[in-house]
Amino acid sequence: MALLDIRNLSVSFATRSGAFRAVDSVDVVVDSNEVLGIVGESGSGKSVAMLAVMGLLPWTATVTADAMTFDGRDLRTLGTRERRRIIGRDIAMIFQEPMSSLNPCFTVGFQIGETLKTHLHMDKPARRARTLELLEQVGITDPERRLSAFPHQLSGGMSQRIMIAMAIACRPKLLIADEPSTALDVTIQAQILDLLVALRRDTGMALVLITHDMGVIAETAEQVVVQYAGRQVEQSPTRELFRDPHHPYTFGLLAALPERATGRRLPAIAGVVPGQFDKLPGCTFAPRCPHASDLCHSQVPPRAPARLGKALCWTPLVNGVPQHSAVAS
Amino acid sequence: MVLYFLKRAALTIPTFFALMFLTFAAIRLVPGDPVEVRVGERGISPERLAQFRHELGLDQPVWKQFFDYVWALLHGDFGTSVVTNEKVLTEFFTLFPATVELSLSAILFAVMIGVPAGAIAAVKRGSWYDQTLMSISVVGFSMPIFWWGLLLIMLVAERLHLTPVSGRIDLIKFYFEPVTGFMLIDSVLSGQKGALLDALHHLVLPVIVLGTVPLATIARMTRSSMLEVLGEDYVRTARAKGLSPFRVIGLHALRNALIPVVTVIGLSVGSSMAGAVLTETIFSWPGVGKWLIEAIGRRDYPALQGGVMLISAIVISVNLLVDVIYGVINPRIRHGR
Ligand SMILES: Nc1ncnc2c1ncn2[C@@H]1O[C@H](COP(=O)(O)OP(=O)(O)OP(=O)(O)O)[C@@H](O)[C@H]1O
Ligand SMILES: [Mg+2]
Repeated sequence: MALLDIRNLSVSFATRSGAFRAVDSVDVVVDSNEVLGIVGESGSGKSVAMLAVMGLLPWTATVTADAMTFDGRDLRTLGTRERRRIIGRDIAMIFQEPMSSLNPCFTVGFQIGETLKTHLHMDKPARRARTLELLEQVGITDPERRLSAFPHQLSGGMSQRIMIAMAIACRPKLLIADEPSTALDVTIQAQILDLLVALRRDTGMALVLITHDMGVIAETAEQVVVQYAGRQVEQSPTRELFRDPHHPYTFGLLAALPERATGRRLPAIAGVVPGQFDKLPGCTFAPRCPHASDLCHSQVPPRAPARLGKALCWTPLVNGVPQHSAVAS
Repeated sequence: MVLYFLKRAALTIPTFFALMFLTFAAIRLVPGDPVEVRVGERGISPERLAQFRHELGLDQPVWKQFFDYVWALLHGDFGTSVVTNEKVLTEFFTLFPATVELSLSAILFAVMIGVPAGAIAAVKRGSWYDQTLMSISVVGFSMPIFWWGLLLIMLVAERLHLTPVSGRIDLIKFYFEPVTGFMLIDSVLSGQKGALLDALHHLVLPVIVLGTVPLATIARMTRSSMLEVLGEDYVRTARAKGLSPFRVIGLHALRNALIPVVTVIGLSVGSSMAGAVLTETIFSWPGVGKWLIEAIGRRDYPALQGGVMLISAIVISVNLLVDVIYGVINPRIRHGR
């Protein structure tokens, strides 16, 4: 049984201009000790989907799902109190903006210790010892001194390491990393990703890695989910996705990778992501898709079978060629 | 931090000189002088009048009077009251504890109600509670103190007999020598049964009257500051840790939201000491505010000049202290620059 099993997750926000569906029928399945990558452009609903798992969405959000279980427990029926016992302990999450994610008024030691106290009820000396251990584990030099540091005294990379230390404090079974390195500069980015991969190997936790960098996916993830405008357009093992992408969007993303480009110019996907107010009756990618037909524009495509990456497409690609018969079968 | 504080302190020196000039000038612009007030309408011989004037230094040219006054102040001499012949400094500090007791109680009242009320309004923004609270606070904010005080006296004290009308304690039932000048402390020290309760009873109405404006200010400030903080990433982090809503809001959010509020609280301490002038007059509260109003009536120049200078000095010091506290509670300032 999968560690995290989410079927047909949808999230809509109540806005002034009516309901807005930020996540639309997304499936996320993560096994123990697996790394799942979620890719997609900005606004594709990656964060919102994972915040729904954590139960951290604002009250304006409505979450629906056919199934939403973590470690055998149904998250949909769990009371807020029981949920709080799981999040921060068995599922932990780190965020995009490390600098603003730590509370400026409390020391590093306090903020890590608070998690230990809340979930593991450790006493003060035990918390201190464990915090030092954690700081060392995430590669902070001179941990003794950092205990009493305030967040404004830390660099971005260091803040993210502290966030990671805090997240893994209770040895979670699942760590959700929401673009953990986007806000950092390139060398630090690589260090943070390496750290996450190493921690996953050492602790045996599962990792959901949200990113919009295909390169990061290639290096770290075992399974990939590709999201586009709130929908999940493709899902398959990383190796297969890179070998033969089935959705035109994934195809475009991979073609845009510098190391794959053949010509002198990098190919880009023309057009922009549909906004909150674009009501598209058919496939949300159709306006930008080189293979789109009238059907694509008018009707939501069905999901292709697993051998075609569960692509949400009328004419999934095989070796870059649209298969018109694929869906009918 | 220390340097910053010293700079701020140095900046207050020009303020003091401006103050000396203003108080000196303002008082002299009011018609009548101490001699006329004392002599009254009976009239006395011109020679006696001139002698009085000479004794008080009023026959000197105005610039000379000002110079003497500044010179004395710089030597720590706040003058002698022309009415009671007491040192202004002594009179002031005999009455000052009563004012401090009243203003601090009023601020305490305002903080204890205003901070939680504002924080809850922010958490439940847009709700019925939030809208009611914000409407009430607009009224409180613009409440005319004098009218409010009289209204409460009429309603609560006269009609309902819930509280006494004036004073600090029932002088018929309780009598003891002041030790600290703070009635709440002295009443306990006196060991007389019921004295503390009676003193508290006398404090209720003045505290409500003086605390109304700061209460409204603090509630609004806490609400807006809290609204801002609740959207911050670190609040989401706190929730992601699985902390209880009480801890997330009451510790992680409020601790940050209070940083700007502390400044407002500090400044209210200063302004409530000044505001005590009205409240003390309404409730016959024997503090420096009431004393100053009486000094105006008697044209007691030294008492007025000295009293205003002292109050101003205290208000300025309190504001300086607020700066220091702001630095202490805000780690970004404490260890920076
Ligand atoms: N609280 C909210 N109320 C209304 N709309 C929201 C809210 N939070 C997110 N959205 C909308 O949901 C959509 C998906 O947002 P989300 O943050 O999940 O994107 P993302 O894929 O994580 O993008 P990024 O790469 O920029 O982090 C966006 O269009 C966003 O505007
Ligand atoms: Mg995001």
